[in-house]
Amino acid sequence: MTNIRPDASKLYYPKMPATWWLRQRHYFLFMMRELSSVFIASFLVIFLVQIYQSGSGQESYAAFMERFSSPGWVIFHLVALLFALLHTITWFQSSAVVLELKVGKMIVPRSLVMAVHLGAWIVASIIILWFFIVN
Amino acid sequence: MSERTTNEPFWWGLFSAGGVVASFLIPIHIIITGLAVPMGWLTDSSRLYDLWWVKCYLFVLITLPLYHWAHRFYFTLKDMGLKVVEKPLAFLCYGSAVLGTFVTAWILLGL
Repeated sequence: MTNIRPDASKLYYPKMPATWWLRQRHYFLFMMRELSSVFIASFLVIFLVQIYQSGSGQESYAAFMERFSSPGWVIFHLVALLFALLHTITWFQSSAVVLELKVGKMIVPRSLVMAVHLGAWIVASIIILWFFIVN
Repeated sequence: MSERTTNEPFWWGLFSAGGVVASFLIPIHIIITGLAVPMGWLTDSSRLYDLWWVKCYLFVLITLPLYHWAHRFYFTLKDMGLKVVEKPLAFLCYGSAVLGTFVTAWILLGL
């Protein structure tokens, strides 16, 4: 698929200071939402290292996992969780705007689309938790 | 107006898929492996990682949000004034996600 776009060199880009996102609450929240991806990616890299360690023998793996109970790691995971929740909520909100669902001639209200997303998220989380509990 | 082709839809597609995966699955995984297991509320279930279908799940869970990160991080840094180095920045961000994909596959296949 090819996209046709204007020549980038002919577009106008206003010059903004690097701190533009500190000017308004909405800009700040926008930047926090963007920052959530950094915490999610950091968690995934750590999770990948943990998965790698699981193949290195039980004692070595237990020693590796022991360090995650330290206050520093607990705080990191709590902060990462808050950013992940921010991503979840804002992603569902934007999905409710983007997904304009129709039933017959009626447009499904955004609040209902959001509620369905939240319901599916809770069900998926319970299923994953259940797998970890029974195993 | 001149014409130019762009590969942005491809990366945007991966960004979007990663956003969906991250929104539905990441919070519970942080709760389980980052908090519940270290605090002793749950026993560790690392033997789950040996199952082939769990490996497929983990591959999707880990790799797609990396592309989500790459896309957001790239555009955030551009918005913060790094537009002059956008090409190396794009290479660094998306390249890291591609590298992460290969490393994830290598680790999961090696278990």
